[in-house]
Amino acid sequence: MALSAHLRVLEAESIHILREAAAQSQRPVMLYSIGKDSSVLLHLARKAFRPAPLPFPLLHVDTTWKFRAMTAFRDRLAQSPDVDVRVFSSPQGIAEGINPFTHGSVIHNKVWKTDALKAALDLGGHDLAIAGARRDEERSRAKERIFSLRAPGHTWDPKRQRPELWHLYNASVAPGETVRAFPLSNWTELDIWTYIEAEGIELVDLYFAKDRPVVERDGVMIMVDDDRFQFRPGEKAEIRRVRFRSIGCYPFTAAIASDATTLAEIVAEMRVTKVSERSGRLIDTDQDSSMEMKKREGYF
Amino acid sequence: MSATTPSPSGLLRVLTCGSVDDGKSTLIGRLLFEFGAVPDDVMEALLRDSKRFGTTGDAPDYALLVDGLAAEREQGVTIDLAYRYFQTASRRYILADAPGHEQYTRNMATGASLADAAVLLIDARKGVLPQTRRHAAIAKLMGVQQVLLAINKMDLMGFDQTVFDRIDADFAAVAAQIGLTQVKSIPLCARDGDNITAPSERMGWYRGPSLLAALEACEPAATAPAAPARLPVQLVLRPDADSRFYIGSLTGGTLRVGDTVSNVAAGVDAKVARIILPSGEAESAEAGDAVTVALDREIDVSRGDVLATVPLPILADTISASVVWMVDAPLERGRAFTLALGTARVTGTVTAILGKLDIETLTDVPTTTLAVNEIGRIEISLAQPLVCEPYTTSRELGGFLLLDRLGGETMGAGMVSDAVSSRRNLKWQALDVTPAVRAELKAQKPVVLWFTGLPASGKSTIANLVERRLLALGRHTMLLDGDNVRHGLNRDLGFGEADRVENIRRVAEVSHLFLEAGLIVIAAFISPYRSDRDLARQVAGEGKFLEVFVDTPVEECRKRDPKGHYAKAAAGQIRNFTGVDAPYEPPLSPELHLHTLDDAADALAERIVDDLRQRGVIF
Repeated sequence: MALSAHLRVLEAESIHILREAAAQSQRPVMLYSIGKDSSVLLHLARKAFRPAPLPFPLLHVDTTWKFRAMTAFRDRLAQSPDVDVRVFSSPQGIAEGINPFTHGSVIHNKVWKTDALKAALDLGGHDLAIAGARRDEERSRAKERIFSLRAPGHTWDPKRQRPELWHLYNASVAPGETVRAFPLSNWTELDIWTYIEAEGIELVDLYFAKDRPVVERDGVMIMVDDDRFQFRPGEKAEIRRVRFRSIGCYPFTAAIASDATTLAEIVAEMRVTKVSERSGRLIDTDQDSSMEMKKREGYF
Repeated sequence: MSATTPSPSGLLRVLTCGSVDDGKSTLIGRLLFEFGAVPDDVMEALLRDSKRFGTTGDAPDYALLVDGLAAEREQGVTIDLAYRYFQTASRRYILADAPGHEQYTRNMATGASLADAAVLLIDARKGVLPQTRRHAAIAKLMGVQQVLLAINKMDLMGFDQTVFDRIDADFAAVAAQIGLTQVKSIPLCARDGDNITAPSERMGWYRGPSLLAALEACEPAATAPAAPARLPVQLVLRPDADSRFYIGSLTGGTLRVGDTVSNVAAGVDAKVARIILPSGEAESAEAGDAVTVALDREIDVSRGDVLATVPLPILADTISASVVWMVDAPLERGRAFTLALGTARVTGTVTAILGKLDIETLTDVPTTTLAVNEIGRIEISLAQPLVCEPYTTSRELGGFLLLDRLGGETMGAGMVSDAVSSRRNLKWQALDVTPAVRAELKAQKPVVLWFTGLPASGKSTIANLVERRLLALGRHTMLLDGDNVRHGLNRDLGFGEADRVENIRRVAEVSHLFLEAGLIVIAAFISPYRSDRDLARQVAGEGKFLEVFVDTPVEECRKRDPKGHYAKAAAGQIRNFTGVDAPYEPPLSPELHLHTLDDAADALAERIVDDLRQRGVIF
């Protein structure tokens, strides 16, 4: 399927950004979350550097609470000869058995995601990390640069960000500072879906409607993905036809009722939806301005 | 998510400017709302926030949709540039929303740098203010020709046509002074949606388009397909030993398989053998495309070079430019920078500050410095030739950043107005005896061994030992020492920043001449800036430059201090002394890294000679 004119512009811009990120850094890495945005990012990166292999490894920060289908999808990708997939899980999370049911979302995310990401970047000595965040996802992201400067300790200070003019991206940093590069900054969720459809990009099947065991809790549907799920009194799993718009740790990811089993049906559903994408991500609303706070602490 | 049928034919980038008081955030929030880009749960959050922070009572305060940072919502001001997206039936929009007050010049210039059109907001009660003139001047400076003047809050002026006509006429005078030619005024009441997407019943006297209709009529800025092709090279890919691909984004014209392209800086030509686009193998590529190109023969091309078709762009040594200064410390003459233009990074020194724009009168006034958020005209002398074009010809090859040579902070942004090549009438003279012939006679491969390190780290000592060893082996060498060249070649240079840059530039050129003579050049210079060493590497040429990092901790250097410089610097008798009150940037990936605490100078010199053997420099 041919790309629309504006997707061609966005595609070219993202490839340009990926190439700048690789050219301007010593030890770049791409953060890979297995989701739809990561899948688009990987697809673009392969286009940017072919016929050469990717000039950076993929890093998956595995919270150990991802959907099983995600892990399987990642392990299959790792078999591809042109990519180098590295997986890191928080040693603290493992040692202390941090889990979403006992510790809640704030501690879970700090240990398994933010702290783990920082530790993995330090371990790899990466001076630049490419990630698939988009400006339309959340309002503090609308103010984010395409090349975002992180102070030593990976913290984000919105007031210290550099002006970004034309297509000149600046990854020069002082010792200890690093850069996060966001090639999908100008894409919207609908762009992502129409691009996936047009390019035939393979996705983990959680995005497609299927009968799945779910529990209704606090007004949302949570999938019972493995036997670590802790039922509250009176709760039991029911089979519903659902899919996911955004995927993360399964206990924090709400399913939506849907019959969309193909990309065309998903895109059609997207065009009429009146609910935002991250509404299914329960971690975003656990605190006031919570995405901004997570970013300041070093989350991407 | 729009409920309209989105089959957009393209993308328009729009700058919106004006202050919160003018109702700009309300206007943008309204646009997003009208296009269904506000999902229900976000609307719910908006209603919640409106009650808490809003200024509209129980009605939704659309401004809160776009103020993204917690500090902004609490203080009711917009601090930073924000990007918004919406889609109409005909195309996609990217709004760059610049705040009106704080850092307005820096934010506006940034938002305008890629904009095709600007929406300039005016409060109908206040009319054309100095701020309006500033916004218009910056839009023009940054190359935005299409300006929509949104005259808001018409409800507070009783929807009076005479108010609109007066403001329209006042702005027409400003536009004429600045040279803006495509201007349209629209009367609005953003809060209630009048003239945003549909004609307002309350302003029946207005026959022009709604704001949206006016936006839909704007054209994306595009270069003519007939313009010459320009490809700033981002990277060279070598997927295997036999093939090379040059990747980058085409900034102008059309590039076709079979076209002859020049690497402008090196003055060499080749033909385009293959073009690969994101969609696959292609016969041609257009401006804006991200391309992968193969040539019919191997020529010297690296990141920062520009492949171009005729007429070729200028290879400049000096540029005149407008510059927007963006940091608190003022810009002064003599300051050196890393200049980032296209994919090139070169060292430049500000040789003159010719004037600055008086934003109130829009006239040019003399000045010797530029303060933060001021716009000036400057001249820059470049240590390496730079392929560039006037900004009015190409935003991509005419717009540049000035980066701090230490730490890389973005300090200013410039637009090339004139580029001068002092070599315009010079041609290379062809010579029969080539560098290769001279090298062959000496049975060696000429290289530059560039020793860098703190004062008293041991550079000169080790360099001297290396030269003695090479001499004993019957090799032909030349040693250039930092202190010694200042007695002759560079005796006219001081220790100010501009002179330091020139010092290294001359040494790099002299090293290159000795290379061509077939010698192994040993250069020992503190050369504290990475950008200076990169310059020397570029002048020598790829594969002919070996960076030797003499790594001695500063405490040890201070202890050794054979010339007593550290003691003098500590006593304040020498200023700007590297290691005391001036910084040193260690090499990121030197060819040779010597730890002088671990080994004696003799052993280190021996190691270098061994390394030269392994590299085939001597045999």
